[in-house]
Amino acid sequence: MRAAPAFYCLAVLFALCAPFLGVYPVFMMKLLCFAMFACAYNLLLGFSGMLSFGHAAFFGSAAYATAWLVAAHGWSTVPAILCGVLVSGFLGLIIGAIAIRRHGIYFAMITLALAQLVYFVCLEAPFTGGENGLQGVPRGTLLGILPLRSDITMYYFVLAAFLAVFIFIRRVIHSPFGQVLKAIRDNEPRALSLGYEIERYKLLAFVLSASLAGLAGSLKALVLGFVTLSDVLQANSGEVILMTLVGGTGTFVGPVVGAAIVVTLQEYLSDIVGGWVTVIIGAVFVICVLVFRRGIVGELAALRRLSGGSSPDRA
Amino acid sequence: MTEIFGVPVAVILGQLMLGLVNGSFYALLSLGLAVIFGLMGVVNFAHGAFYALGAFAALLGLQWFGINYWAALLLAPLAVGLLGILCERLFLRRLYGLDPLYGLLLTFGLALVIEGCLHEKFGASGQSYPVPPALEGALNLGFMILPEYRGWVIIVSLLVCFGTWFIIERTRLGATLRAATENAPLLQAFGVNVPLLVALTYGGGVALAALAGVLSAPIILVSAHMGSSLVIVVFAVVVIGGMGSILGSIVSGLLLGVAEGFTKVIYPEASNVIVFVIMALVLILRPAGLFGKD
Repeated sequence: MRAAPAFYCLAVLFALCAPFLGVYPVFMMKLLCFAMFACAYNLLLGFSGMLSFGHAAFFGSAAYATAWLVAAHGWSTVPAILCGVLVSGFLGLIIGAIAIRRHGIYFAMITLALAQLVYFVCLEAPFTGGENGLQGVPRGTLLGILPLRSDITMYYFVLAAFLAVFIFIRRVIHSPFGQVLKAIRDNEPRALSLGYEIERYKLLAFVLSASLAGLAGSLKALVLGFVTLSDVLQANSGEVILMTLVGGTGTFVGPVVGAAIVVTLQEYLSDIVGGWVTVIIGAVFVICVLVFRRGIVGELAALRRLSGGSSPDRA
Repeated sequence: MTEIFGVPVAVILGQLMLGLVNGSFYALLSLGLAVIFGLMGVVNFAHGAFYALGAFAALLGLQWFGINYWAALLLAPLAVGLLGILCERLFLRRLYGLDPLYGLLLTFGLALVIEGCLHEKFGASGQSYPVPPALEGALNLGFMILPEYRGWVIIVSLLVCFGTWFIIERTRLGATLRAATENAPLLQAFGVNVPLLVALTYGGGVALAALAGVLSAPIILVSAHMGSSLVIVVFAVVVIGGMGSILGSIVSGLLLGVAEGFTKVIYPEASNVIVFVIMALVLILRPAGLFGKD
């Protein structure tokens, strides 16, 4: 366990200094938003054992809600973000309540189908701008005092939000509630026989994950200043699965590493290879599933265990 | 002319007929999914990509080698089926015995690769495939003029669907397949080559998707992503029908196509989502699906 605090300190230090090390802040913010999205997703897949194929619906709906409130109704930043989170949480309550009636692949297929429904609603609803999406979303000011127009200010706001979510998820997983979730993941009939109300636990985990995914979406909408249909698209759900899988499902740092890799790949590869980036993403998916199912962080932790050291990051 | 809900009956019947055409595609695709899932426990996310490959095989066969529609109807599913067998031998085989979710993720990756390649090679805009000359006419059904080709689609799909059902439920080959579903190690002990059977099944299921692709080529534009949203609808169809059931997937495919057609008349805005709404309702009322047992 000794390696963990040092690792976290270094990572936070790097994140704090990143804008002064020549890293483009908007890129870092995008990365942090997707890292938050992947962490939220991991709460569901990694710690509760539910593979949702529709998380773009939560990410996207919150992004639309926040952007619409800010751009069309002049709401200030924080209430608009909170409202976006509420929207995605409520959507998570409905979709979760339907989907947890089935397990495994059925659960995946049901979340996928319901997310497609959300996509069509976003395509046709009068306030989402259809194919164009919502453009020119202002960032506003933080609590009426701190203007977020500057990339640096916005960056520290997003970083703070990300760290809060990261610590919150750690807290949840280490709480008795999180222990029950892991028990359900590992052996559902047994958890049931011990008297836990499984459906309530699963639903709460689903709503939590959906809300945090929504927070990531809302922030992303403000960072980039626009929301488009690609935020609610099935491909976005696939990407967040890939991030979690590449980094390591069921580890705390894994989704962050995965998000960093996938976002960086997309950002820099698309300049070089253009549209082939989808093919590369698909190939990474295939390789990941075939060769290293535990993900990068998971494999590293396994190596450490083999060599006798304790792992820093196994929950 | 009589009316229902203020809509002429002829219009309703016409939309129901077109819904039946869509339903034929749903039935063919969900049948392939059900066959693959039944034996391998794999939810084939790449089904839509193989459907697109089938259409492209027909299109390129025509453009490059002058292969006509009738030959493509046989050759394209064969070629795509062989590719499917290759994928099974190379990739899917390594995942047996693991959580079935990995199969879903792997085939999702495959779908991205296949559709991405098609997209980069042939562009985003669709290409049209000519209707075969023998089926260019139209039938007057009294309530609507049905292009002969669409009638042909319904007939072929129904024949293929029930043919597949017959093979699986009523023949010795089907009995072996079902035995492999029940208890593969025991069947292997009896001397049946189960890995070969599994590979052929995947090839067969994929070939059904390719056949649907060839059938749809003259109706819709052939493009890389023609299957990517269709496959989600078909997933919903399969959830509604109950995954294990062959007959269930056929019947619910056809029914949902018709339901979609009906929605286009009553409330067109909802026609894209009606299948998903029905799925949610079925899950609330009967979580195992209409024909499911578990």
